[in-house]
Amino acid sequence: MTEYVGKAMPRYDGIGQVKGQTKFVDDFVLPGMLYAKALRSPVHRGLIRGIDFTAAKNTPGVVGVVTADDIPGAKRFGACGDQPVLADEFTAYLGEEIALVVAVDEDTCMEGIEKIKLDIEEQQPVFDMFEAMKPDAPLVRPDLKSNLWDYGSGMTTRVMYIGDVEQGFAEADLIVEGRYQTGEQDHSAMEPMVSVAYFDEAERLVIHTHSQCLYFQLGQLAAIFNLPMSRIRYVGGVVGGGFGGKNHIHADHLAGLAAIKFKRPVKYRYSRREDLLYSTKRGVFILEYKTGIKKDGRLTANHIKLWHDSGAYGGFSPYGVEKCSMFASGPYHIPNTRIDGQCVLTNKAGSSSMRGFTIMNGQFPMEMQMSKIADTIGMDPWELRFINAWRDGDIGASRYVVRGAGALEAMRGAAEVHGIELPEHLLAMSSRGR
Amino acid sequence: MKQILSFILNGSPVDVIVTPTETLLDVLREKLGVTGPKRGCDDGDCGTCTVLLDGEPVRSCLTIALTVAGREVLTVEGLSTDGDLHPLQKAFHEHGAFQCGFCTPGMLMSAKALLDHNPTPSRTEIREYMSGNLCRCGSYEEIIEAIQVVAAGEYAPSGGKE
Amino acid sequence: MKKKGVGMACVLHPTGNKGAGDPSNAAIQLKPDGTLVLLVGAVDLGQGSTTILRQFAADLMEVPIEHVFASNFADDFAPLSLGSFASRVTLIDPHAVENAAEDLKKKIREYASDLLEAHPDDLEYKEGKVFVKGAPDRSMTLAEVGGASMFGGGADPALLVGTGAWQPARFHPHDPETGAMPAVGAISFGACVAEVEVDTETGMVDVTKLTQVWEVGKAVNPLLVRQQINGGLHPGLGTTLTENSYPYYPNPDWAPENFSDYALPTFLDYPEETLWGIEEVPHPAGVKGAKGFSEGSTNGPPPAIMAAIHDAIGIWIDEYPATPEVILRALEAKEASG
Repeated sequence: MTEYVGKAMPRYDGIGQVKGQTKFVDDFVLPGMLYAKALRSPVHRGLIRGIDFTAAKNTPGVVGVVTADDIPGAKRFGACGDQPVLADEFTAYLGEEIALVVAVDEDTCMEGIEKIKLDIEEQQPVFDMFEAMKPDAPLVRPDLKSNLWDYGSGMTTRVMYIGDVEQGFAEADLIVEGRYQTGEQDHSAMEPMVSVAYFDEAERLVIHTHSQCLYFQLGQLAAIFNLPMSRIRYVGGVVGGGFGGKNHIHADHLAGLAAIKFKRPVKYRYSRREDLLYSTKRGVFILEYKTGIKKDGRLTANHIKLWHDSGAYGGFSPYGVEKCSMFASGPYHIPNTRIDGQCVLTNKAGSSSMRGFTIMNGQFPMEMQMSKIADTIGMDPWELRFINAWRDGDIGASRYVVRGAGALEAMRGAAEVHGIELPEHLLAMSSRGR
Repeated sequence: MKQILSFILNGSPVDVIVTPTETLLDVLREKLGVTGPKRGCDDGDCGTCTVLLDGEPVRSCLTIALTVAGREVLTVEGLSTDGDLHPLQKAFHEHGAFQCGFCTPGMLMSAKALLDHNPTPSRTEIREYMSGNLCRCGSYEEIIEAIQVVAAGEYAPSGGKE
Repeated sequence: MKKKGVGMACVLHPTGNKGAGDPSNAAIQLKPDGTLVLLVGAVDLGQGSTTILRQFAADLMEVPIEHVFASNFADDFAPLSLGSFASRVTLIDPHAVENAAEDLKKKIREYASDLLEAHPDDLEYKEGKVFVKGAPDRSMTLAEVGGASMFGGGADPALLVGTGAWQPARFHPHDPETGAMPAVGAISFGACVAEVEVDTETGMVDVTKLTQVWEVGKAVNPLLVRQQINGGLHPGLGTTLTENSYPYYPNPDWAPENFSDYALPTFLDYPEETLWGIEEVPHPAGVKGAKGFSEGSTNGPPPAIMAAIHDAIGIWIDEYPATPEVILRALEAKEASG
């Protein structure tokens, strides 16, 4: 009997892909289909005073508009449930969706949007995390008490520790410190955000989605539409690249609301410009590391302070701080580790998950520390990592007990593939024990 | 002002009513149901909409539809003949030269144009010629490999695999 | 002047999600002709989850893989999966498929017990057949079982669907004292070696050779593992050197609006030599030792490239992207400080 697990096999659905037959969401064009486009906030932070849709509605080809008043159910969504489906009182980032214009084509939608008279009072935005943390800083949103994320009972610093860092620093022969910043990055899947919604013959709402997580999002959509889950046929499974960006609902709720209001098929399709500017992103981390080392290269302590720019809403960012903290000391055994993490709201488009989600934001500074330590103590960078790499049974600040450790194996493999000869004593080490 | 546009699409003549501002990509995808070419940016930056116009690769999102009157347009749908996959399609599939597949129709058309002009390109020539097609899944290495094996004749109709 | 440097990094990526539950389901239906339909909730984003879960299903049901149709098109009856993120599918969903396969085999034994006139416990399933232990000639093929279940004949009709679910651990809140949060199913490990050429006139960094090797537990499909190693390099390389949604961070104005200004790596930006490798340390939590890793290949390139830049020009660049402007300013500052 053939064993298939372990065998190199081409993609099961690959023939459709190379023939161009795979149907992505934007490939669905339905008879009588309408298009929707969003009126987006022209300011970073504002209070909505009033909106006059008269001229927009009178534009030939415009079928109508959708506002927050048209939402049958929950007015807020997102992983933290704090993001307005459509803004009605305030906007908290440039480009936030306020209303939809629905028309026969996208050009007509844009023509209608230009004719909307939006009365919005621009307010002083706050962009810098450290400004936002100050007690007298303007609030990113009027519904907040503080721009720092509350992890419960007013806890705004998410602490994780093992051992005692002060004792670890006392044991150290030297200390290396550094401050790091990781960049704001867009997912840039080749397939921009898009959704198609319509009612089928049984009066069920059908949504063609590129969701990465159908059940994660189906509940949110059912709440927004005030429909039982069984009345929504959520069809997914073909995604033109996700990279974490399609963990957040970007278009399904908008297409769905328009289809519900006008009882016709509706497509909401982000232009690349909209996608680059207004979709969720990988948010910036700023991290301060203080690492204690013995002269022989053993790590004794690591104290990390980190701040994550969440943008205007929570999204996955509060969890992102926790996830980053869990492994911000990299694959290394450090008996004394402490992480103080804060998730900060600012007037920017929301941060979200992206490939390497918040783990890479901790691996970069830790590896920079390791490179600097090797440089400082005059040790080969491979040796420093081999000495400290996790073995089975090691435990870090997350308290996850390491099983199936493989850092030594990965390093040995990389050296071999790259053509670097490692000394015998490193090759002899094992992840199974120290 | 609407006009009738006549051209040869994947070997067959088509007539379609278009406006002067419509792009070839609009007409193919929205009017003719030819959805192989993808709308990745609508700016000419990403290459997912690449088709061959009289054998030359063009961005269909930057091509005004009326300019293709009387000319031959080849999309990914016209790449396989009588159900047989084109050697590039076979190579892309078997060498894992795509992940999500969204850039694949454009990649295949650029790769075909490359091999039509230069049947035995070097690695550097492949990298340069293909550099206008973006792939966020990062399948560049596998695409280069797939083009190289086709250039080496591995999927040639006679004597090759399958 | 072009200066060369080499750097390395060792990184990890956890597989699976937070402790708030991390479930996946799967279902396998027996068709009247003996073929199988595998339904999974994991979304195939191009990473090939449907392909590898079908490989697991074929092995577990001991049938030729051509007999397994697989679908991830969630629809009216779709097995739940939390989703395709957190590199979770390769660790978690195979357990769901395994449980679904066990359930289907049990249902096949129960259904066949009438027809084979034997107690279900005395029946055994192997290689697409169910037979009486010790009397292998008293057997039915999957096609015979499937046909009977559909059309009845001498037997009662039945819907033979095996279902399975799995999650790594039950939810437990984090410890309020230590903040401990062991919310992860497994960890994968990667190492990256990068070689660069830094042009001190233009500030441009050219990554000329880059190797990534990942320890993945068990490479379920090496062709797809290779894709994931080379694939993660794309956003990793981009964020290190060119991609920046907020060039004037923390101010979000002047954000790039198109791919001319938001510079994704092209064929020419990938290293001239892009090398990869796979290591396997079977993980105790995975089916056949498999665990996920695919996000991780984005984690190694930034620190490896920065270490290489330091090797080339003697400057630690502590933030990315290290655009030509950042490099030139760093070189100027170094010169100014003597």
